[in-house]
Amino acid sequence: MSHIIEVNQLVKQYSDVTAVNDISFAVPSGHCFGLLGPNGAGKTTTIELLEGLTPATQGTILYKGAPLGKQFRQEAGIQFQSTALQDFLTVGESLKLFHRLYDQRAQLDEVIELCDLRSLLKRDNRKLSGGQRQRLLLAIALVNDPKILFLDEPTTGLDPQARRNFWELINRIKAADKTILLTTHYMEEAATLCDQLIIMDHGKIIAEGTPDNLLNHHFRDVIVQLPSTLLADPLPPSLPAQLFSRSDLVELTTDNVDQLIATLIEMEVPLEQLRVRSRTLEDLFLQLTGKELRA
Amino acid sequence: MIGRLLALLQARNMEFLRDRSSLGWNIAFPVLLVLGLALIFSDGERAIFKVGLLTETSLEQLDHPFLDDPHIEFFTVSDEQRATRKVRLHKIDLLLDPASPGRYWVNRQSQKGHFLEIQLLASTPTPPQRVEVDGQPVRLIDWLMPGILGMNMMFSCLFGVGYVVVRYRKSGFLKRLNATPTRAIEFLTAQILSRLLLIMVLTAAVFMGTNLILDFRMEGSYLLLFVTATLGAMALISMGLMISARVSSEELAGGLLNFVTWPMMVLSDVFFSMEGSHPAMVSLARLLPLTQLMQASRAIMLDGAGWLEVMPQLLAMATMTAIFLLLGAWLFRWRGD
Repeated sequence: MSHIIEVNQLVKQYSDVTAVNDISFAVPSGHCFGLLGPNGAGKTTTIELLEGLTPATQGTILYKGAPLGKQFRQEAGIQFQSTALQDFLTVGESLKLFHRLYDQRAQLDEVIELCDLRSLLKRDNRKLSGGQRQRLLLAIALVNDPKILFLDEPTTGLDPQARRNFWELINRIKAADKTILLTTHYMEEAATLCDQLIIMDHGKIIAEGTPDNLLNHHFRDVIVQLPSTLLADPLPPSLPAQLFSRSDLVELTTDNVDQLIATLIEMEVPLEQLRVRSRTLEDLFLQLTGKELRA
Repeated sequence: MIGRLLALLQARNMEFLRDRSSLGWNIAFPVLLVLGLALIFSDGERAIFKVGLLTETSLEQLDHPFLDDPHIEFFTVSDEQRATRKVRLHKIDLLLDPASPGRYWVNRQSQKGHFLEIQLLASTPTPPQRVEVDGQPVRLIDWLMPGILGMNMMFSCLFGVGYVVVRYRKSGFLKRLNATPTRAIEFLTAQILSRLLLIMVLTAAVFMGTNLILDFRMEGSYLLLFVTATLGAMALISMGLMISARVSSEELAGGLLNFVTWPMMVLSDVFFSMEGSHPAMVSLARLLPLTQLMQASRAIMLDGAGWLEVMPQLLAMATMTAIFLLLGAWLFRWRGD
């Protein structure tokens, strides 16, 4: 498997903060690679180092085996967390402006179709909704037909429907065999889009792999949920499960669901509202760091 | 490179031209100022009579019956050519060579010159030789016009470029451009060309429009005036770019821009001449691009100065442009943090 980006012992030190602390990883070509972590974990700093916009304190970043150079600028598409565009320009004019800044360009019509912007071309940039604006910024990141696409928390602030529409769009871009490097603090987004991911906290990588491998590696159990009124606190010692969390719902972890359910039946606990769910990346992050991902 | 430059130039021009309120103010401000001042100073004839005495002798040592009149201001001049030009421009009402029998110069279009001539001839039994000169008076509005246009150019160039770059940086638009193959020199050149193009078109329009109403004095070459204005605008735009090279706070940018615009308002001959001020202030004023622009444009418009006469100011403005641009490019940052 060839790697389009290789990162070795990367460090970014600000005056009294180490934002990125000696991380190494490689991004395979054609994959969607996720950087997952809570706010302040170092995701944005890492992606800006990879984009060549921030100089590293230490370490190396190679693009196609060579340091980032002019060619990288031509071949990279970038969508920042937030970007202002020029006032008084329409969607179409903004796209044309960025399209003309590159030597190698995509067919603008195809980008417009892909991002579903046809009906918005004459609309002022400032009059777009959150989802429309993100689609425009993504289209701007695609105008040079990039080999690698950097997306920094592209769905933050979008409503659930707009977020799902955006995921659909990313999947269409993935199908075009482009490499995508995505940061997010939404586990569902990472699980849906990423072929491979690293989880960061305090500037360090605390886990890496495919979403399935990560979950399989760290968890062999599942979570059983019941209304907390149905189970006494503390739990009866005979229950073959551990308490995971308790609020309105009580969550139990077990690697033997059959035995747990049998015991609950023996205890005459009503099971109408019982639910079983698999472990998620959120659980993994909680286990690895002791805190919630969106904290 | 040219393609990127043109794309940025076109986008910036569209942004400016569609900002109707800003565009409207850029036109209305100088027009209102010119017309307002023309109205205020429309009866601006000076009450005092001014007579130049062409002599190397000090005023106190001169003995001439004409000098006894307390209602006339006398002063000595030594350069005949300059002094007669001032008579033509009505800056001196009458010029007298007090040697016996002497000569005097009077502008036949000057009412005050006519009365002074009667007074002079009545005061002496041996009338001096009469030399008649011709020339329209320089009205105050003629003198103020270059100042008003220059001031408007200064504000438009400095704030128009400085604020825009700071706003782009603060909003992250510069960071977004930095993520493309655009180079700093391409971005900066596009900003200069855009502002230069717009300010020259607007200034020319305001000049021609107000000229139709007020018929300004224009003794020199329009081409030379255009070149002078272009160089002045470039120096001011480059100054704005230098100031905004790495600032990302609009408040700080406003403070810095005011810090350079107000000294120019006071020292650069916008509303009053610095002639006769303390030499240190005059030297300081010469370091300001607007002073060079004012001196050159007034020399062209009022005195009909040619290329050679304003060459020092043209060279000064070109040098300032180069220095400000080099410093601006060196200091420039895409991001504010």
